[in-house]
Amino acid sequence: MSASGAFATGVTPDAPAQPEHVEDTPPGAVDGLDTPRSPLRGLRGDFPTLARVQDGRPLTYLDSAATAQKPVAVIEEMNDFLRHSNASVHRGVYALAQESTERFEGARERIAAAYGGEPATTIFTHNATEAINLVAYAWGRENVGPGDEVLLTDMEHHSNIVPWQLLCEETGARLRWLSVSDDGELSLDELDAVLAEGRVKLVGVVHVSNVLGTINPVREIAARARAAGAACLVDGSQAAAQMPVDVGEIDADFYVWTGHKALGPTGVGVLHGRRPVLEGMRPFIAGGHMISSVQRERSTWNDLPWKFEAGTSAIADVVGLGAAIDYLSALGFGAVRDHERDLTAYALERLASVPDLALFGPLDPDRRGGVVSFAMEGIHPHDIAEICDRDAICVRAGHHCAQPLMRRLGVGATARASFHVYNEREDVDRLVEALGEARRVFGLG
Amino acid sequence: MDELYRDYILDHYKSPRNFGELDPHDLEWHDHNPLCGDELGVHVQVTDGRIADLRFHGQGCAISQAAASIASEELIGMEVEDVHQLPAQWVVDLLGIGISPTRRKCALLSLKVMRGATTGDGSWPEDPG
Repeated sequence: MSASGAFATGVTPDAPAQPEHVEDTPPGAVDGLDTPRSPLRGLRGDFPTLARVQDGRPLTYLDSAATAQKPVAVIEEMNDFLRHSNASVHRGVYALAQESTERFEGARERIAAAYGGEPATTIFTHNATEAINLVAYAWGRENVGPGDEVLLTDMEHHSNIVPWQLLCEETGARLRWLSVSDDGELSLDELDAVLAEGRVKLVGVVHVSNVLGTINPVREIAARARAAGAACLVDGSQAAAQMPVDVGEIDADFYVWTGHKALGPTGVGVLHGRRPVLEGMRPFIAGGHMISSVQRERSTWNDLPWKFEAGTSAIADVVGLGAAIDYLSALGFGAVRDHERDLTAYALERLASVPDLALFGPLDPDRRGGVVSFAMEGIHPHDIAEICDRDAICVRAGHHCAQPLMRRLGVGATARASFHVYNEREDVDRLVEALGEARRVFGLG
Repeated sequence: MDELYRDYILDHYKSPRNFGELDPHDLEWHDHNPLCGDELGVHVQVTDGRIADLRFHGQGCAISQAAASIASEELIGMEVEDVHQLPAQWVVDLLGIGISPTRRKCALLSLKVMRGATTGDGSWPEDPG
């Protein structure tokens, strides 16, 4: 590992801010660290896992980009549903099934509203990966053919790469890639140039990078894709968990995210789609519940969103996700974003004080979400994570399911700290202290 | 002294023995740990059925790099056909430190690569039993 690589500390973007970023950055962001701390304080007590004590030390959880901890409200809502309201949804005529259906569909309505969508076009999958596969199969197999191109970016998670590789293998289409600049951003000019060639059928782009933290101008990207006759899928797995997202305003053909990063349980992902696109698609998974009628030879499909929800859904998990989004909505997504920004700004400043530490991604906290990847000269990320764990500090080390990006960064792995509403600046202080201990263990400081 | 990052582990990590390329070579193998992306390759020269010389190359954590370095010193001089009989515990014993389940594959990657080079079977080493 070289700390003098292209993404090392000190590579500050000098270019003026592109106006399209402004639209994706919520108002109210603060500059510098002399400003008041985020008003979201003391939420740690809402999250039972964080009461865990490890070898006498309180848990410092800095891996929310992998999965977030769950507030009591979510746990109790699922518990209450399973204790009092459990029944299979939609077709039961008895009161219990009606209540179960109301809680399930009620969660859908509240989730759709929180993200600027409509219930009919808010489809529950099992995770964001399944949502992307749904699109790659049900839309991709009908709309992408030989000679066509699928345009991805070098900062995609594997979940937004591999489904498109399979699609291209099967259809004879070709994958293209948008590059990531040295300050961790995409170029709209490069996007325009590729789109202008006229072969791109779909643009797949991550809203907030799970490694770099970069907030991409997805509304602008979706608009340019459509103007060029291409569809657009946005992977909002990190964004939906931590900032205001209005899928109607972004207006991508597909916007996917996963519930467990947004304080909900595992097992629920969400696909928001544009209605005419969804209506024109064949189903993905076939079976019960997704049909209108079944003859021996053929079937007709249920209405949206149920056309894409074959089989019995993860009912209690959807109800739990509804409670998670209620919790975030009550805090206010803008306030959540401000909190993440404050912690990110603080982390960027504190980590820059650690000798021989390289930060990846934009150095301007206005342009990134609550995830900070870094590498240290002479200490592999796994060893960083191991030494952090001795102080009950949970950070992730590895390729973060973004191997093409790791190659772009010129590293095999990075260490990553990521935040959510239960984190406070003191968590960053403990991390920085542990990194100093790692340097001492390795004889570097 | 640190229980895991002992002085000799860090010494092998910072100054790995038998690291680099070896040309010409008779055997080679390259592999990675899919969990973490660590990569390791090996070049082996064989004389009269014995490992005359070898070089590991790649990148990884202190445990995987130290394991490769320490193992390399034992492997040179060994009969090629004996390598695939080495159990996983052979590397763990050589390391001389407690290896947690999450770091086990870090420790075993070098033996995995050597098994691949000498037998074409690059599966993870196991312990008999």
